[in-house]
Amino acid sequence: MSSRIPLVPENTEPLPSLKGNQGMLAWVSSVDHKQIGLMYLIITGVFFVIGGLEALLMRIQLAQPEMDFISPEVYNQLFTMHGTTMIFFVVMPFLIGIGVYLVPLMIGARDMAFPRLNALSFWLVVFGGILIYYSFLTQSGAPDMGWFSYAPLSEKPFSLNKGPTYWALGLLATGIGSIASGLNNIVTILTLRTAGMTMRRIPLFVWMILVTSFLIIFVFPIIASAFAMMLLDRLLDATFFTPAHGGSAILWQHFFWGFGHPEVYILILPAFGIISEVIPVFSRKPIFGYEFVAGSTVAIGLLSVGVWGHHMFAVGLGDVANLYFSLASMLIAIPTGVKVLNWIATMWGGKIIFATPMLFATAFIIEFVMGGITGVAIASAPIDWVVTDSYFIVAHFHYVLYGGSMFAIFAGIYYWFPKFTGRMMSETLGKWHFWLTVIGFNMTFFIQHFLGVMGMPRRIYTYQDFPYWGSMNLLSTIGAVVLALSVLVFMWNIHVSLRRGKKAGDNPWNAWTLEWAAASPPAVHNFDLVPPVRGRRPLWDLAHPEQPDEPNAKVVD
Amino acid sequence: MEKLGGIFNPSSPEMEALAGLTYYTMATTLGILLLIVAAMIYIIIAYRKKPDDNQEPYQNFGNLNLEIVWTLIPCAIVAVLFILTCNTMKVVDPPVGDHEPDIIIIGHQWWWEIRYPKSGVITANELHIPAGKYMLARIESVDVIHDFWVPELGRKIDAIPGHTNHMWIVAGEPGLYIGACAEFCGTQHANMHIRVIAKTEEEFKEWETKELVIPPTPRSGLAGEGAKLFQEKACMNCHTILGTAAAARVGPNLTHLNNRQTIGAGVLTNTPENLKKWLTNPQRYKQGSLMPNMKLSPAEVDAIVAYLEALK
Repeated sequence: MSSRIPLVPENTEPLPSLKGNQGMLAWVSSVDHKQIGLMYLIITGVFFVIGGLEALLMRIQLAQPEMDFISPEVYNQLFTMHGTTMIFFVVMPFLIGIGVYLVPLMIGARDMAFPRLNALSFWLVVFGGILIYYSFLTQSGAPDMGWFSYAPLSEKPFSLNKGPTYWALGLLATGIGSIASGLNNIVTILTLRTAGMTMRRIPLFVWMILVTSFLIIFVFPIIASAFAMMLLDRLLDATFFTPAHGGSAILWQHFFWGFGHPEVYILILPAFGIISEVIPVFSRKPIFGYEFVAGSTVAIGLLSVGVWGHHMFAVGLGDVANLYFSLASMLIAIPTGVKVLNWIATMWGGKIIFATPMLFATAFIIEFVMGGITGVAIASAPIDWVVTDSYFIVAHFHYVLYGGSMFAIFAGIYYWFPKFTGRMMSETLGKWHFWLTVIGFNMTFFIQHFLGVMGMPRRIYTYQDFPYWGSMNLLSTIGAVVLALSVLVFMWNIHVSLRRGKKAGDNPWNAWTLEWAAASPPAVHNFDLVPPVRGRRPLWDLAHPEQPDEPNAKVVD
Repeated sequence: MEKLGGIFNPSSPEMEALAGLTYYTMATTLGILLLIVAAMIYIIIAYRKKPDDNQEPYQNFGNLNLEIVWTLIPCAIVAVLFILTCNTMKVVDPPVGDHEPDIIIIGHQWWWEIRYPKSGVITANELHIPAGKYMLARIESVDVIHDFWVPELGRKIDAIPGHTNHMWIVAGEPGLYIGACAEFCGTQHANMHIRVIAKTEEEFKEWETKELVIPPTPRSGLAGEGAKLFQEKACMNCHTILGTAAAARVGPNLTHLNNRQTIGAGVLTNTPENLKKWLTNPQRYKQGSLMPNMKLSPAEVDAIVAYLEALK
């Protein structure tokens, strides 16, 4: 070491140990995929708490009819920031971050293909988030036009505040980071697989990240251009989206949902990947129908770019467009259903261990199907005319994004925490967290389906005392408090487990993918020796030489 | 027990078709959910690992026939749902043809302007219709995107600047149907209610005749003073009162405010007392409303309310 003076300090100890750590600069300057991955997880944790508090404030305001807890201006900022935060600064960067950590390990690589680009992607997300949150400090406050920022409400003269400008700039920065991470993942997965790790053998999580990454590089340029046009409108008096000056309000919706619907799959496909890793390991069986789970993901990815119009059924696009978008959206149910059935078939005949990751994965299936079936229903344009822009939709997408993505994220955290830190999370606290989440989540959102079809529009800061609205909203608010409590238990679990958790060892769950062959936490260089890959489950093959997954596999060096 | 509203009280043929399709779809998909839940419960009970069992289970990698079957079943469900969708769309959205609109509904931040082009009636936040008759509405917006939604009568439809939409409105029985703006449209999106008042044919005709009366402007007394204040205090810059110089279209037409049920698109019941409160400081009841606090003295408020009440 004496002959080489590193430009910036580098960690020599496995992370997240602080021993031998060279301070903050070692983190800030890091290009190591594990360190960047952890930073993604930490920053999304912070944003998750902020976004959650925003939601809690809203639920308190809605606990009873005509409450005076917060003003309409503040309420509108809260729901805009809650949606923006949870989508762009929690679920998406979490899934990208956990991918950045795991993908190189799962395919037996040393790092991502472009480590510096990886760091850039991460820091752009952070800066984008700071930029958007900085708007709270401006005189007119945060953006308040809703997370899909419909024109012309988001334009002059209807939004003369600075919020929407910060919003577009911040998301533009974050979006550039996302495009870079998409490219990085694609190149990494296509070129850095270890010997024997063919595309038919990569873990399903890696497949999901691959499809997600293609979606990202296809659709983020759409929204980036739309943000640029919106900024031109707002700052330089262009008129792309202002009908009063010849622009088109509907054009924005086409751009936004052209991005926004695939974005939904960007938020759920990696979650499917987590579930596809957790369920086999805890059922002690290989995934049922690997090719169908991977293939249906590709089908979902392709279909997802052709269904954006189902967000616009109330716009009046005409019968032909409405029917096309209805049918195309319904078709997505087919590959999605195939996945769910394959997960169930994986559990069928297994010897299931209900540790916390598996509890969340099992509940995921039911909560996600609940969000899925309402999704099939609202793909039908006439049903959408009834429920769109009402609390039914709020319930639907929370079942998909909380019951789906967040449940999978929790499953993933409990599953890989031992790999990340070398310590197990507490099972007792994990079970408390799980049950509080299930109760709180369903209590908050199930009732909202009914509020929606009874006529409660979304995004209202107050409501009149229509029959039952008060008691139903109160129930939802109590559920939100329980949900907040569950998050506290989760944070406490992380806190104590980091310090006093049981030592994990390399492979505490007897899992089969390559990341479990590395040390926990992995050494800076990941693997001393990558195990031979002669099937989809290299560690199964090592443990069961008498019963390998692919008995006739060629040995590749 | 109070009656449940919205989809649970469909009050038009359109809404009955919509509710029927929604119930049918929800019942089918809930059935699927229940099957899955049942399978999961069975799995949780039957396939839980026994504490002393350390043998790995049979390693099953998949089954092509099963995959084909459970791909085809959802295809069939989707096909049925799609056919039902087409049928329902025909009922809910009959073609407009060359029919001229009976009603023009115009979204404003944060109130509804309602015009009857055939009779010339102009009102706000209240849509009067003869029960049982299909009325064609043209939906527009002057500022941002709004969405017209009366949950018991039918579908939602956006009011979009620079783009007109049409929809048929019908109510089966006379009665009051409360709706709201469903597309987020700014600060007071929550207080942009619409009241659909369905009447018998005769009551509707009577109402229309009354709305068309141009009331004489009071010349004396408190009401006369109010009429003068209305011109002087900038009220006329935004509002119309037929038969006077006030002809602006920024705010609601106030000619027959008397006949309306609410003030401020549903924030207050329309009584002289409430009208006084509203005029004293509209921002207190509808914070962010485009009607500013005109800083009227109590005497001025009394005069203007007397004037508006005298318009008959």
